[in-house]
Amino acid sequence: MEMKNAAAKFDLHAEAAQNGIMIAKFEKLFDFCRSRSLQPFMFGPACCAMEMMQAFMARYDAARYGFDTFRSTPRQTDVMLVAGTITDKMAPIAKRLYDQIPDPKWVIAIGSCAITGGPFADSYCVIKGADKLFPVDVYVPGCPPRPEAIIKGMLELRDMIANPELKKVKKHE
Amino acid sequence: MNDIKELFETLNPAFNGALRLSDDGQSVYAPPESIPEVLALLKDQHEYVMLADLSAVEYEDRFEVVYHVMKLTDAGVIRIKAALPRENPSLPSVTSVWKAADVQEREAFDLMGINFRGHPDLRRILCPDGFTGHPLRKSFSIKPVNRF
Amino acid sequence: MTMESDNLITQEFNLNMGPYHPSTHGVFRAVLTLDGEVIVRQKNVLGYLHRGMEKIAESKTYNQFIPYTARLDYLASALNNMGYVQTVEKLAAIEVPERAEHLRVIVAELQRIASHLLMVGSTANDMGAMTAIVYYMTLREKVLDLLEMITGARLTNNYMRIGGVIDDLPDEFYDKFKELRKFLPERLDMVNTLIVGNEIFASRLKGIGVITAEMALDYGVTGPNLRAAGVDFDLRKKDPCSVYDRFDFEVPVLKNGDAFDRFLIRGLEMRQSLRIVEQAVEALPEGPIMAKVPRQLKPPAGEVFHKIEGARGVLAFHLVSDGGPKPYRLHIHGPSFVNIEIMPAISPGLMLQDFLAAFATIDVDMGEVDR
Repeated sequence: MEMKNAAAKFDLHAEAAQNGIMIAKFEKLFDFCRSRSLQPFMFGPACCAMEMMQAFMARYDAARYGFDTFRSTPRQTDVMLVAGTITDKMAPIAKRLYDQIPDPKWVIAIGSCAITGGPFADSYCVIKGADKLFPVDVYVPGCPPRPEAIIKGMLELRDMIANPELKKVKKHE
Repeated sequence: MNDIKELFETLNPAFNGALRLSDDGQSVYAPPESIPEVLALLKDQHEYVMLADLSAVEYEDRFEVVYHVMKLTDAGVIRIKAALPRENPSLPSVTSVWKAADVQEREAFDLMGINFRGHPDLRRILCPDGFTGHPLRKSFSIKPVNRF
Repeated sequence: MTMESDNLITQEFNLNMGPYHPSTHGVFRAVLTLDGEVIVRQKNVLGYLHRGMEKIAESKTYNQFIPYTARLDYLASALNNMGYVQTVEKLAAIEVPERAEHLRVIVAELQRIASHLLMVGSTANDMGAMTAIVYYMTLREKVLDLLEMITGARLTNNYMRIGGVIDDLPDEFYDKFKELRKFLPERLDMVNTLIVGNEIFASRLKGIGVITAEMALDYGVTGPNLRAAGVDFDLRKKDPCSVYDRFDFEVPVLKNGDAFDRFLIRGLEMRQSLRIVEQAVEALPEGPIMAKVPRQLKPPAGEVFHKIEGARGVLAFHLVSDGGPKPYRLHIHGPSFVNIEIMPAISPGLMLQDFLAAFATIDVDMGEVDR
């Protein structure tokens, strides 16, 4: 009788944490580590690429959030940052670059041209948004968005990867 | 447009009076076939050594190819125009006078459909390769996107 | 190299330096034919950023098109704005107030400094000097702070309107500008000792991609590239628009026309631009900042051609109007569209890495090539 009561009050996680042991699922651990060390692939045809570049420079340093090693080859990266207008001529190349990124991969669309075609949506040779070519996870609006906004987009993605439940739409309070 | 009337008076005898001053007195119309000679004459003898711009305009009854040539001494600009018929607009290329005309003529061909005879490599430059039509013509309409 | 190739059968191969560049030069594709590491032939393939601006211009009113001009040459937006609004003002014979002209010159020259800073920074980055780009970019941030204070946007600013400008200088501008006046020459000198005096950097750029004056005039190259080749041609002195003729500044002209001179001349031009801004701020007259312009502007029918000295060359607009509220035909002559065609002429004989050096110093901006 006393042993059953004692067993009911035993909390495994609390006991382990007091002794310096953390218990978690593998998926959660992988998600956490992945989200903290994303390697970005900077794909920037147009003006938004300049602000994306400034986001990696000394003042708005994005490297402090783990986005340190940006590579120019898609095969060594995780996140594709699409910044700029994608035209009809450039679309097959953008799709091919997206296909070359190994799984798991994510896409952040930066700037209004990458979201919906932007001010050039009326034109005859502009793709109206990057999500017509491949699935996009985070949209950062602006024309061009400030580097802080781009970093905020990257942090949102980081939260989405670490907590997959966040992908559901949050209700407004 | 500096001294365009004087230049017109000087040049016209060399072309047997085929040149014509425009209605507003600001440009010189030359017959399309003699455009390379007119421009070469301006470059060699009248110091207009730079091709500042080459563009094409579509009107209701004609096409026009507009050349702007510029001096280096005081950046003065002269406008020479060539009027072309609406069917098969074509005129000789001026790449023999300035190599700068190369890309600009390709652009006029791509976007407006004007044929430049004698151009070394006349093909589309800005539009995608399989594109049909000439976008800057008035008959090519773009449909505005319904945003709301 | 030559002594072994007598017995070897070599073959030229095509290398595609594809539209996706790992640098900031934009979507430009160069098809190279290489013999070993030496370039034999090179062709440009353009049009990867063709957004149809000239067609869009025919469906927007004159005022509605001003934000689009900022996206033309997106590194020097204020200069494009200035070229376009001055074209329309020339056609409609609108006179701009004095204070607005001074403000326009201030913003335009600050924008020129920012554009040149990006060019020297990205050239240094391409040559491997990755410390230098960070120093140049922090300096550029200070200039962008000033621009944001005046115009409201860092990169693509729409400060100018047909007939004037939209807003006056804020009070905080003067103090911040005093800081920049001290900071810019100091930082430029510091970075110059880092890279320009560096033996390796100099030998990577000296003698590479020489553009002679005749070649430049034949291919229509303008701007700092032409001045580095020895031709003294700057529209701010030869045919001053706005109030440039009131300011005292020099136009640097260098002799060799190689990549190193093209790199140096931008540093010199930045200091002259700073001089212009100082004089413009001191001589700022009182008065309105916007002329009386009708709400819906309908210029008279006719055509006009206007050119200004952009950051990369002669930026020209050819505007045909039919008397309506929208342009009938607007043709934009972007200097980079013509400058980029000099690459097939100077590439043969260069090695692959030198091609990058030569291309980076030409300073093209793909928004203005493809429009």
